[in-house]
Amino acid sequence: MSATVQADPATPAGSASGLTTRRPLGDRAFQVIALVSGLLVLVILVLIAVIMSQQSTSWFTTEGWSGIFSTDWDPAHNKFGAMSFVYGTVIASAIAVIIAFPVSVSVALLLTEVVPRRWSQPIVYVVDLLAVVPSVVWGLWGFLVFIPWVQPIYAHVASAVNGIWILGNLFGFLNGNFVSGASFFTAGLILAVMITPIVTSLSREVIATVPTTDKEGAYALGATRWEMIRGAVWPHSQSGVVGATLLGLGRAMGETIAVALVMGSSPTISSHLFTPGYAMAGVIANQFGEATVGVFRAALIGMGVLLFLLTIIVNLTARAVVERNVRRIRGTA
Amino acid sequence: MEQPERDVVEQTVSTNLPRLETRVQRPSTAPGTTIFDVRNVSIWYGSFKAVTDVSLPVYEHEVTAFIGSSGSGKSTVLRALNRMNDLVPGARVDGEMRYRGADLYARGVSATAVRRRIGMVFQKPNPFPKSIYDNVAYGPRINGTRNKGHLDEIVEKSLRQAALWDEVKNRLKQSGLALSGGQAQRLCIARTIAVEPDVVLMDEPASALDPIATLAVEDLIRELKKNYTIVIVTHNMQQATRVSDRTAFFSVLTDSKNDTRTGILVEYGPTQQIFEDPHDARTQAYVTGRMG
Amino acid sequence: MAVASDQQPVDLRDPAGWRRAKNRLATGGMWFAFLCLLVPLGFVLVTVIAKGAGIISWQFLTSSTIPPSVLPASFDGMGAAVVGTLEITGVAAVIAIPLGILGAVYLNEYGGNRPLARLLSFLSDVMTGVPSIVMGLFIFTIYVLHFGYSGFAGSLSLACLMLPIVIRSSYEMLRLVPDDLRQGSYALGATKARVTVTVVLPTAIGGIVSGALLAVARAAGETAPLLFTILTVEATNPNLFSGADTALSTQIFVNATQPYTGAVARAWGSALTLIAIAFILMIVARLVTARFNRYSR
Repeated sequence: MSATVQADPATPAGSASGLTTRRPLGDRAFQVIALVSGLLVLVILVLIAVIMSQQSTSWFTTEGWSGIFSTDWDPAHNKFGAMSFVYGTVIASAIAVIIAFPVSVSVALLLTEVVPRRWSQPIVYVVDLLAVVPSVVWGLWGFLVFIPWVQPIYAHVASAVNGIWILGNLFGFLNGNFVSGASFFTAGLILAVMITPIVTSLSREVIATVPTTDKEGAYALGATRWEMIRGAVWPHSQSGVVGATLLGLGRAMGETIAVALVMGSSPTISSHLFTPGYAMAGVIANQFGEATVGVFRAALIGMGVLLFLLTIIVNLTARAVVERNVRRIRGTA
Repeated sequence: MEQPERDVVEQTVSTNLPRLETRVQRPSTAPGTTIFDVRNVSIWYGSFKAVTDVSLPVYEHEVTAFIGSSGSGKSTVLRALNRMNDLVPGARVDGEMRYRGADLYARGVSATAVRRRIGMVFQKPNPFPKSIYDNVAYGPRINGTRNKGHLDEIVEKSLRQAALWDEVKNRLKQSGLALSGGQAQRLCIARTIAVEPDVVLMDEPASALDPIATLAVEDLIRELKKNYTIVIVTHNMQQATRVSDRTAFFSVLTDSKNDTRTGILVEYGPTQQIFEDPHDARTQAYVTGRMG
Repeated sequence: MAVASDQQPVDLRDPAGWRRAKNRLATGGMWFAFLCLLVPLGFVLVTVIAKGAGIISWQFLTSSTIPPSVLPASFDGMGAAVVGTLEITGVAAVIAIPLGILGAVYLNEYGGNRPLARLLSFLSDVMTGVPSIVMGLFIFTIYVLHFGYSGFAGSLSLACLMLPIVIRSSYEMLRLVPDDLRQGSYALGATKARVTVTVVLPTAIGGIVSGALLAVARAAGETAPLLFTILTVEATNPNLFSGADTALSTQIFVNATQPYTGAVARAWGSALTLIAIAFILMIVARLVTARFNRYSR
């Protein structure tokens, strides 16, 4: 067989006339298509950043740095300070994470350490069902059912703690006897329920990577299950679980509809959690229809950009935290 | 590695180390207290019978070795001695296993209490991702010792007993994961004896270590038996002859009609007798290397 | 504590009470956490079923005009919204799923460890975290401002949402395909494209489909991206590409705050329908995974 290689594109590979160096057209086309599909991600992200920032520049030029982050939001008088919304987003998400973290980790531990494999299915179903409920349904239920139901409970708690040092500031009455079912706390509560599925399933994955020999080592020393979890499981999964929670935080910050319906739609900054507030995603959703004036719309889009940046930062932090965990476990300490 | 001759047993570990001439261990006294009394024990994993009808006594302050080919159930029996099999779903123990007269599998017996008295060292060293100090202190801490001074004492004593103190005494805060294989295994041994158990079970403790670390661990075992009772599973026959007083030889029983395999105890006796004068043909075949 | 070497039976009962108590408390705490999840889930499902089941009927699901909010529940129904949801989500799936699978193919089969591939993998992870409202705003600025509201714009925004999810789950499935399968195909003289299409993809197809279905279920329930792209109307729009459209999720959002009982009742009915759609998709995804596992052993 001759050793010369023929660059003959018309000859398919492996044909009797010899070897070809050129790959068949179909093969290369396929690779190009695949590459382009992969690049879409890059393109979309860049476009989001660029075009949306472009659309929101009039907000920035009108208000300037101090204006953007002022607490003065009054579209009727051309005031577009976003601070109250940033505050609302942060507070509601913080409440969500504070509640969701222990609940999710507990359920993840339940599934990996406590419940025998055979009987874990029902628990997994509950978590999956929780994930399948669309956010608008949570909002609908929250608005029509939960809020009226919980308001008297808030009133009772508030009257119980009113005046007590920190608790009164958080859970006490704002003015007179005012508590609202639609509030920071309600939004945080519902957000917590919504982000639990993802934090739980990620935590489960993390906890499942704990080497069995470590767990056996703890048991062999006569540890109870809880002592084993604290001694052998927790050090391994600590950072991974924190990373999972941060991802949940990102989800909570971006969550729109449920928050729009149950947070009260009142741009106020207050430490009282039983009072209405407003989050960035919520105000964008609620007021976009009325925002036909240039700067108003630019302000809402600008808040979208803020949200975009915030969630990216949170996600990157989450990944960094998990990476550190992985490196530590590989025993390079 | 050379095969043992009939009369004198000479072993070399490797050509680079000084030749060791060890005679096969003889128990120095007649058997003392019976620590474990295993009677007609069969162990199941679900519907698989891993081990059938094992009976043997284990005596105090001796090193008892379980040897045999893989699948013969030696690890299974070992893990049953401190109820580690409980962690496997579907595991069941038939027969009687007594520890100092008390039935290990009786109702009301707490596996946690059992494991505090009967500790275990594993094949692959498994230090916790904590500092060396915290690794050793883990056991005493969960048993209620909080006093820092007291803990310091326990940590030092355990590390000394494990022949690790001199190497780590200046870096107790360093992570346990940073130790070499042999050191990590000695750390695990220190951790195990920190709770002052009665018995230490060892499941192939040196098989993941290099020859020098292996010798160190073997020396340690010979020292430890003065204060503890040791049961060790090993697939290395020379190791069994070097460290153990008594040896139990396990094998696999195949039932070709039902296509099942199960582990059985073939022979049990003083190590010297097992290796120099085995009573059972299967034992002889194994120790002379024709099988297994 | 040296143990005496006489034959007194040993006490092997439970360790100190406080240790056992802590253990019990911890286990109880974990179960309580599970209860905290079960209660809201049950609450929501029971409410939606109770309030929505009454209004569900064939007419509800198929009528093509959505009545004005004032009218009571017995008038017309949400058929237009059902059609809208199915259409918009369907088109989004048709766009996002093939692109997502191809993207995953690039990352796993061609990209390897090259910097571009690692960057794209990283970015697609980042993109899964972008809120859906941002996707809606994005399509608004880049498409709606030029071409107006339409169902298609909604599909685009949902596709942006689904793309990284499909890429991620397909990538994981492709990674699981053992290399010897590829080697065997190469050894027979196949090109890389052929290997991928005839051997790798069919092997991974179960997991890929299941992941895609879950992405579709997620997209079907989304509201925020649609708010900025389809401009909810009250009638079916047969033309997906021009003119505002409607969907179940946006209808629920709009009706939730209406003071009229008819509108609210329709919202509950729509909620039940939406949950049912998402639930069915999830079940199908499960079945596909189960079937896939059976074949791949």
